[in-house]
Amino acid sequence: MRSVAEPIALAPAHRASSLAAPALVSMRGVRKSYGDRLIVDSIDLDVAAGEKVALIGPSGSGKTTILRLAIGLVKPDAGTIRIAGDYLWHEEGPGGLRPAGERHARKVRRSIGIVFQQFNLFPHMTALENVREPLVHVLGLPRKESDARATELLCDVGLKDHLSKRPAQLSGGQQQRVAIARSLALQPKVMLFDEVTSALDPELVGEVLRVVRKLAQASDMSMLIVTHEIGFAADIADRVLMFDAGRIVEEGTPRQVLKNPSNPRTQQFLRAVLER
Amino acid sequence: MNSAIWDWGYAWSILPDLLDGVKLTIVATFFGSLISFGLGLVWTLVRLARIPVATPAVEFFVQFVRGTPLLVQLYFLFFVFPNWGLSLPPMTTGVLGLGIFYSAYAAEIYRAGIEDLPLGQWEAALVLSLPIRRVWFGIVLPQSIRKILPVLGNQVIGMFKESALLSTITVMELLGQAKALGSLDFRYVEPLTLAGAIYFVVSYVSARTLRSWEGNHAVGS
Amino acid sequence: MTSSTFWDFLPFILMGIPVTLEVTAMAMAVTIAVSVILALGRNSELAILRWPAGFVIELFRGSSSLVQLFWAFYVLPFFGIHLPALAAGVLVLGLNEGSYFSEVVRSGLNAVPTGQREAALTLGLSPAYRFFRIILPQALPIMIPPFGNALVTMLKFTSLVSLVTIQDLSFRANLAAASLGQSGAVYGLIIVIYFALALLLAGAARLLEQWVNRRAGRLAPATSGRSRSTVPEWALGGAG
Repeated sequence: MRSVAEPIALAPAHRASSLAAPALVSMRGVRKSYGDRLIVDSIDLDVAAGEKVALIGPSGSGKTTILRLAIGLVKPDAGTIRIAGDYLWHEEGPGGLRPAGERHARKVRRSIGIVFQQFNLFPHMTALENVREPLVHVLGLPRKESDARATELLCDVGLKDHLSKRPAQLSGGQQQRVAIARSLALQPKVMLFDEVTSALDPELVGEVLRVVRKLAQASDMSMLIVTHEIGFAADIADRVLMFDAGRIVEEGTPRQVLKNPSNPRTQQFLRAVLER
Repeated sequence: MNSAIWDWGYAWSILPDLLDGVKLTIVATFFGSLISFGLGLVWTLVRLARIPVATPAVEFFVQFVRGTPLLVQLYFLFFVFPNWGLSLPPMTTGVLGLGIFYSAYAAEIYRAGIEDLPLGQWEAALVLSLPIRRVWFGIVLPQSIRKILPVLGNQVIGMFKESALLSTITVMELLGQAKALGSLDFRYVEPLTLAGAIYFVVSYVSARTLRSWEGNHAVGS
Repeated sequence: MTSSTFWDFLPFILMGIPVTLEVTAMAMAVTIAVSVILALGRNSELAILRWPAGFVIELFRGSSSLVQLFWAFYVLPFFGIHLPALAAGVLVLGLNEGSYFSEVVRSGLNAVPTGQREAALTLGLSPAYRFFRIILPQALPIMIPPFGNALVTMLKFTSLVSLVTIQDLSFRANLAAASLGQSGAVYGLIIVIYFALALLLAGAARLLEQWVNRRAGRLAPATSGRSRSTVPEWALGGAG
C-alpha cells in the first residue's frame, strides 16, 4: 500500500508556506522484521517540513518501530530512509546509492530528535546537566552559554525551579519534560514523540501533553507523534496515520480518520480506545 | 574458657608473630588486587574490542581460570614455573597467582557493570549525537563505576580471606604463621582460633564499611 | 619408586576423580540442607531462630575457608571432638558454601508472591504442604542457575580437602609430583581435569535448569537469564 503526502489543502494556513519544501522524513519501501515476525511491512511515508503527523494503532502494530527506524536506532531490512534529504543508511556516489555505516548515520541523525516513552534521562546528572550535555559536547558551546541555553529550555517546559535536581528527585511528568528540553537542545528539524505519556501516572499526562501541544503550535519543526491520546492527536496533527500489522491502513486529516474512519480496523480500534 | 584448652598467656605471646603474618596477608591482598584490577581491565578491553584471535583466547582464558581451583593454580605457578627457568620467591608467586585468578573475576565484574546499563542510556546517547569518547567517559563509565566499585570491594575482601591459600606455597602470611606456631609448640587452639578471629574481624569490619559507603553512593542519589 | 614415570602415576592420579566428585556431591548435599535451614531461620519471625542463623552465616562468610577447615581438623580434637578428615572437610565446605547459598535460597523464597502464601493459608493447607507443594516449586526455578554456579565453585573448593589428608585429585597430584620430582605434567593434567569436570557440572546444571523450567511450565521467565544490553557496535568505533 502506498501512502502519499497530500494534506496540503487541508493544512492550517499558517503552515502552508513551509510545505513547498521537500519532505524532511522520507521512507520508501521500508521493511523490518525481528526473527520471523514482520513488524514494518514496506512502508512509504513522507513528513513535510512543519507538518505534524500522528501515528495511531494497536500495540505491536509497528508505530514505535517506525520512529526508531526514522532516527536510525533500528536499521531497516529493506528500503531507504532520508532525513532532510540525506540518506540515513546509504551514501550517494557516482555509481548511485551504496550502503553506508554507522559513521554516516551519525551525521545524518543530527537533524532529528526523539523523546522516549521511558525518558532515558542520565540518572547521574541534574536536569540542567542533562540538557547541557549535547550543548557542550555536540555543539561545543562554552560552559556559560550552554548553561544559559539549557536554563532557558528548561524554563520553557516549566521547570525553572528544578534545574539542579536529579531525575530520581523529579516526578515522571517532570522527567519527561526534561527529556523534551534535552532533545530540543540541538534544534532538530524533526521531532519524534514515542508514546511520551504512556509511562506516566494519569494525573501527570496533562502537563506533558500541554508542553508538546505548545511546541506543536509555536514551532515550525516537523513532528511525528505516536500516541494513544486520540483527542490530543485530533488537536495537533495535520495528518493521522492508522497502523495495523506493520502497514498504514488508513490516512487523512484528523477529521477524516478520527471522526469518519472508513477502514473497519480503524473503526474497531477507535471504538476500543474511546470506550476505555 | 577452659584454661587447659585455652592459655591466654600463650595466646598473648604469639600475637606479634601473627600480626607479622597479617602484614604479609595485607601486602599480598593489596598487590594481588592491583594486578587483578589491571589485568581484568585488559581482559575487558580485549573482549570489547572483538579482535579475531585475541578475543576468543581471552574469553577461554577467563573461563579456564574461573573453572579451576586457585590452590592448583598456585601449585602450578610455584612448582612448574621454576622448571621453565622462572624462579620467583614464594610471595611473588602467590601475589601473581592471586592477581591472575581474581583478574578473571574482575573482568566479569567490569563487564557486568557495563552491560547492566539500561539500553535506553545507550540510545539516548546515540540520538543526542554525543561523541563516542563522551558516551564512554560521560555517560557509561560514571554509571558503571558506581556498580563496579562495591563489587570490586567485595572481591578484595574475598581475596583477603582466600590469600590464606598462600600458606600452602610456604608464604608466611597469617595462616602460615599460625600453622608454623601450631606445629612448633603443638598447640593449635590458640594460633588457629586467633588467626580465624583476625580474618573475621578484618573482613567483617571492611564489609560493613563497604556496605555503608555503598548505601551513600547509589546511582542517582 | 626411583624409576617411576609419569605413566606409572597416571592411574593413581585419575583415581582422584571419583574422590573429588564424591566430596563435591557430599559437600553439596550439606550445602543444600544448611542453606535451606539458614534461609528459613533468617526468614523466621522468631528472633531466637533468626539470630543464630545470622550468626552462623556471618561466621562462615566472614573468615577464611581454609582456616575453618584447619580449625575443624586440628582444633576440634582439643575439645574432644574427633571428626574423620572426610567429615570435617565435607562439613566445613558445606557450611561455608551453605552460608553463601542461603542468600540465594532466601531471595528465591521471598520472590514467591505473598498472594501465593496467603492463598495457601486461606485454603487451610498444612505448613509442610504449603512449603513443599506451593512455595518451593515456585522458588526452585529462580535458585537453579545460581545452584549451577555453586556446584562449580564447590568442585574447585574441594581441592582444599587435600590439605587435610583426603586423597582427592590435588592430594594425589602433590604426591605424584613429589615422587616424580617433575611437576609440570602432573599439575598440567589435573588443572585440565578440573576444568573438564567444571564444564561437565556446568552442563549438567544447565540440563537440570531446563528440566525444572519445563516442569514449572511457562511460569518462570525470570530464569532464562538476565536480559543484558550488550555494548552496541557503534560505541566501539573511533575513540573507545
